[in-house]
Amino acid sequence: MRARVFVTLKRSVLDPQGKAIQGALETLGYPEVEEVRVGKVIEITLKDGERSAARARLEEMCRRLLANPVIEDYRVEFEAEPSGARETEPTSAKDPA
Amino acid sequence: MTPELIAAHGLTAEEYRILREILGREPTLTELGIFSVMWSEHCSYKSSRIYLKELPTQGSNILQGPGENAGVVDIGEGLVAVFKIESHNHPSFIEPYQGAATGVGGILRDIFTMGARPLALMDSLRFGPLEEPRNRYLLSGVVAGIGGYGNCIGVPTVGGETYFADCYSHNPLVNVFNLGIARRDRIFTARAAGVGNPVIYVGSKTGRDGIHGATMASESFHEGSEERRPTVQVGDPFTEKLLLEACLEIMKTDALVGIQDMGAAGLTCSTVEMAARGEVGIEIDVARVPQREEGMSSYEIMLSESQERMLLVAKEGREEEVLSLFSRWDLDAVVIGRVTEEPKLTVRDRGRVVAQIPVAALTEDAPLYRRPVSRPGWLDELGHLDLQEIPDLRDGNESLLRIVASPNIASKAWIYEQYDYLVRLNSLVLPGADAAVIRVPGTSKALAMSLDGNGRFCYLNPRQGAMLAVAEGARNVVCAGAKPLAISNCLNFGNPENPEIMWQFAEAVRGMGDACRLLGTPVTGGNVSFYNETEGNGIYPTVVIAMVGLLDDQTRVLTPWFQNDGDEIFLLGPFREELGGSEYLNLFHHLVAGQVPSIDLEMEKKVQGVCLQTHQAGWLLSAHDCAEGGLAVALAECCIGGPGEPRGARIHLEGGQRLDGVLYGETPSRLVLTTPPQRSPEIEALARHQGVPCLRLGTVGGTSLQIRVQGRKGAINLPVAEIRRAWQNGIHQYFEEQSIRDGLRGRIHG
Amino acid sequence: MKFGIVVFPGSNCDHDAYRAIREGLGEEARFLWHKDQSLGDVDCLILPGGFSYGDYLRAGAIARFSPIMGAVTEFARRGGLVLGICNGFQILLEAGLLPGAMLRNRALKFVCRFVSLRVENRNTPFTHLCRPGQILKLPVKHGEGNYFADPDTLRLLQERDLVVLRYCTPSGEITVDANPNGALKNIAGVCNEAGNVFGLMPHPENASAEILGSVDGLFIFRSIVSSLKKRSDGYQVA
Repeated sequence: MRARVFVTLKRSVLDPQGKAIQGALETLGYPEVEEVRVGKVIEITLKDGERSAARARLEEMCRRLLANPVIEDYRVEFEAEPSGARETEPTSAKDPA
Repeated sequence: MTPELIAAHGLTAEEYRILREILGREPTLTELGIFSVMWSEHCSYKSSRIYLKELPTQGSNILQGPGENAGVVDIGEGLVAVFKIESHNHPSFIEPYQGAATGVGGILRDIFTMGARPLALMDSLRFGPLEEPRNRYLLSGVVAGIGGYGNCIGVPTVGGETYFADCYSHNPLVNVFNLGIARRDRIFTARAAGVGNPVIYVGSKTGRDGIHGATMASESFHEGSEERRPTVQVGDPFTEKLLLEACLEIMKTDALVGIQDMGAAGLTCSTVEMAARGEVGIEIDVARVPQREEGMSSYEIMLSESQERMLLVAKEGREEEVLSLFSRWDLDAVVIGRVTEEPKLTVRDRGRVVAQIPVAALTEDAPLYRRPVSRPGWLDELGHLDLQEIPDLRDGNESLLRIVASPNIASKAWIYEQYDYLVRLNSLVLPGADAAVIRVPGTSKALAMSLDGNGRFCYLNPRQGAMLAVAEGARNVVCAGAKPLAISNCLNFGNPENPEIMWQFAEAVRGMGDACRLLGTPVTGGNVSFYNETEGNGIYPTVVIAMVGLLDDQTRVLTPWFQNDGDEIFLLGPFREELGGSEYLNLFHHLVAGQVPSIDLEMEKKVQGVCLQTHQAGWLLSAHDCAEGGLAVALAECCIGGPGEPRGARIHLEGGQRLDGVLYGETPSRLVLTTPPQRSPEIEALARHQGVPCLRLGTVGGTSLQIRVQGRKGAINLPVAEIRRAWQNGIHQYFEEQSIRDGLRGRIHG
Repeated sequence: MKFGIVVFPGSNCDHDAYRAIREGLGEEARFLWHKDQSLGDVDCLILPGGFSYGDYLRAGAIARFSPIMGAVTEFARRGGLVLGICNGFQILLEAGLLPGAMLRNRALKFVCRFVSLRVENRNTPFTHLCRPGQILKLPVKHGEGNYFADPDTLRLLQERDLVVLRYCTPSGEITVDANPNGALKNIAGVCNEAGNVFGLMPHPENASAEILGSVDGLFIFRSIVSSLKKRSDGYQVA
C-alpha cells in the first residue's frame, strides 16, 4: 500500500521560496497566480493492511518525525489502488544492445 | 557490433579494428563499454599524453608526481601536502548544482584515497556574462552545489577565482581543487598487489546514474545535450562524510594493500588502474556489487558512475575486520573479487565470464595520438593593436568606479559567503586575498594556495598565457609570505581534433613547463578537459594553475591590505604600460586583442625573492599582486579589500605614454608593498642590489584614494567608501531577490 | 572541567569544538558517539555544528532520535549545562529542549560571515562573564538559521528573558541589515527557562584563538567553566 505525505509550511510562516516562484511565474506571464506555497512530498510504501490503522500510524509518523508542528502542516493521502499501482520501469540508460 | 553501436561508444573504426586485434575476437557488449570508457580522452589522455610527459615533475620535496590520484609534496616534520585540481565542466553545464557538487565529491575522494585528511577546497569558475539570466542560473547553481557538498562534509572552501566572458556562455568551467595533509609514512596508493587478496567494494550502492559520463566528457556539446540529464550523478555528501571517516580509520590499521576511488568510469577504471599499477590482474563478479536498482546488467554495473564509492584491496584474512569497520559506519562493504596473477581484468556475472581483457590493452596500449597542429592564422590579426585608434582616458574617477564594478574584478563575496570557509579552525587568510592560507595542524607551519588562469591571455598567446598563469600563481603565494612549492593544473580546451586547438594546447603545455622549470615549482599532476565546445563555439584555451606554497611560521602571514596611516607604498617590479589583453580594453573598448604583457621569468623570480627576503627581515606590512585591472585596481584593492574599515592612500606616479596604460596596464611581475617609513631605505637598497626596480609610490592615509599621474589630467580622487560600494555591488547587483527566478527561467528557457 | 562533545553521523564541527576547548580554553574534552547510551562523567555537553544525517529531512530532525538523546535530555532535566551550536541548536529545537523552530534563511542561501551579536541576557551560565551590552564578533555559517516562534512563544521568550543573543550592527543596534538570515526579532541564541540549555547559531569555537581573528567565543566557554566551578563550590547559578 502506497501513501503520500504532503508537508507544507504553516500559513502563518513566510515561505520565501514560494514567493520567489510566484514572482517568476508573474514575469513569465502568469499574473493570475495569487499565491505559491512550496512543500515536500514523501512517498511511503507500507505493508498491506487496514487503511484506517495505517492512516493513524502515518499521522503519528508525521507528528514525530516527518513534519515539525511548530512550522509545518501535513496531509496524508493514499494511492488510488493499493495493490494495482506498481513501480514503473526505470527510464535511464539501458543496455544499448 | 554495428558501426552505429561502435560510434555511439565514441570509438573510431580504426580504434575498433585495434580492439578486435587485441582480443582476437569480437568484444562482448560489456567489453565494448569497458574499452569505450578506458580509451576515451578523459581516461586515456590519448591526445595530450605526448605533451604532458615533457613537463618537469621532479624535485627534492616531490614524493609523488603525476600518475596517482593526487600529487604529494613533503612539507617537513613528517607531514606531506596532497593536492589536485580537476574539471567538472560538462556535468555542471547539464545540471549545475549536482555537476558542481559531484565535482567536489570526486576531488575529495582523490585526496583521502591517498590517506590524507582533506583540509581546503578551492574552485576556479568561468561563466558567460551575468546580464544573461541563464548564466546567472548556472553561477547560482554551481555555487550552491559547491557549497552544498563542501559545507555538508565539513571541508572549508577557502578561495578560488571566477571570471566572465562570452565564450563561456555555453561552456562554463568548473575546476575544483582540494588539498589534504597526511603523515609522510602513511601515504596510500591505488595499487593492487598480492595474488589472492580480496577486492572490496565500499560505499553507496550502484545505480544507473552517470553511465557514460566519461565518454560524455569527451564529446563536444550539441543541441539536445541538455536532454542528457539522467547521465548526471547525484551527490550524497552525508554518505561521503561517513566514507571519509571510515577510510581514514581503516588506514590507521595495516589491513589495506591499496585503495582507489571510483570516479569517471566507476568500477571499470578503478579495477583496471589498480591492476595496471600493481602489474597484476583483478577478477570480480558484478552480481556481488551492491545495487540500488533492479535488473542491472554487467554493462551498466561496470560503467555506472554512482558517487561515493571506493575500491579496496585488503590483505587476505583481514576481510572481516575491514567489513565490520565499514558496517559500524553504516556503509555497504562487500568482497567482490580477488587479485589474480595473470594481468587481466576478468568480469563475471553470477560466475559467467562477461568480459576478459588484458589490463595493458586498456592502459599503456590505449591509443596515443600525435594530432596535427596548426597555428591559427587569425592570431596575427588579433595580435595587432593600434593604440593610436583608441582615445586615452579622460576621467580617472569614472573609469575606476567602472572597472572595480566589473564582475571580473568586483568582490566575490556573493560567491564565497555561500561557502563555509572556516570549518576545521585552520583558515588564517580568508577568501578575497591573493592566496588562501591555512595552518598545518600540530605544527607551526602554514600552507598558502592560489588558483590562477587568464583565458584572454592564453587565447592571444597560449604559451605566454600559461607562463603568466604559473608566474601569477607563484606571486600570489609569495604575497602571503610563502615560498612556492609545486603546482597542479587544469587544462581546459576545445576539440583536440581541430589542429588549431591542438596547437594552442601544445603551446600552453610548453609555456607551463618552461615557467615551472624556471620558478622551481614542479608539476605534481593535473587534469585535461578537451571538447569544451558547443556547436563549434569553443572557449578561450584556459590554463588554470593551482599553486601551493609553504610558510614556516604561521604567525607571520602577509595580507594584501593597507595596515596603518603613514605606511609607505612601493611598487616592486617593472613599470610599463601594457594594455594588450587587458580587462580595461575588454570593458571599455570591447577589445580582446594585442600582444599579451611580456614576461621575463628571471625578473619574476627576483621580484618574488625580494618580497620574501624583505618579509623575512620583518620589513613588510602588506603585499599585493598587480593583476587584472593593473596598478590602479591593485591599489584600490589594498584600500578596500580588507575585513576592517577601508583606508585611503595618496599616490604619485611618473607620467607615461598614456593615462590608461599607466593605470590599467597589466604588466606582470609587480607587487604593491607597504612598509613602515623607517624601513623604506632598506627595501630600496635590497631591491637595487638584486637588480629589481622599486618605486616609491606614496603613503597610506586619509579616507580617499588619490592617484596623480605626472603631467596628466584626469587623476583619481575618490572616497574609499565609494570605491568599496561599487566593488561590492559588482556581482551582487545581479542577484538581489533574483536567484530563484533565474533558476526557473534558466530551466524553462534553457 | 570536562566537556562532552556529541558526535552524530554528519557532525563536522565536533573536531573544532574539541580543539577550542583543548587549545583555546585549556580544559578537557572528549567525544561521545551518538550510539552511546550514557554520558560518563562530563560536566558540560556540547552538541556541535554540522549536518547530522545530511540535514536531509529537516536540520536536526533525525539526530534528535539518536540513542544518546535520551541521556542528553535526562542530563538537561537534572540541570546539566547543554550548549547547542548551529546544528546542535537545531537538534535541541527539534528535541523540544528549546522553544521555536528553524526555517531556511530568508535569502534561501547558505551564509558564512562574521557577524556582531549583542548579549541580551548576561544572567545565564553561558554569558555571565560578558560585560553589560557586550558585542561579540562571531561567525555564522548555516543555511537554516532563520529562527521562528509563534506569537505566544515569542511573548514567553521576551517575558522570561530567554533571548540570549541578537544579531546587531558593529555598534550594537538591532537592524534588518544586521540580520544575516531573517531570524525573528534578530534572535541568534535562546536558552530554556531553567537557563541550563543554550542554543545559538553563531560558532564560538571559530573565534577561540587570536590567529583566527577573534577570541570572543571564549567569553561563552569561560562563562561555562566559571559557572561550573561556582556550582562545584556549592553555589547554584541558574
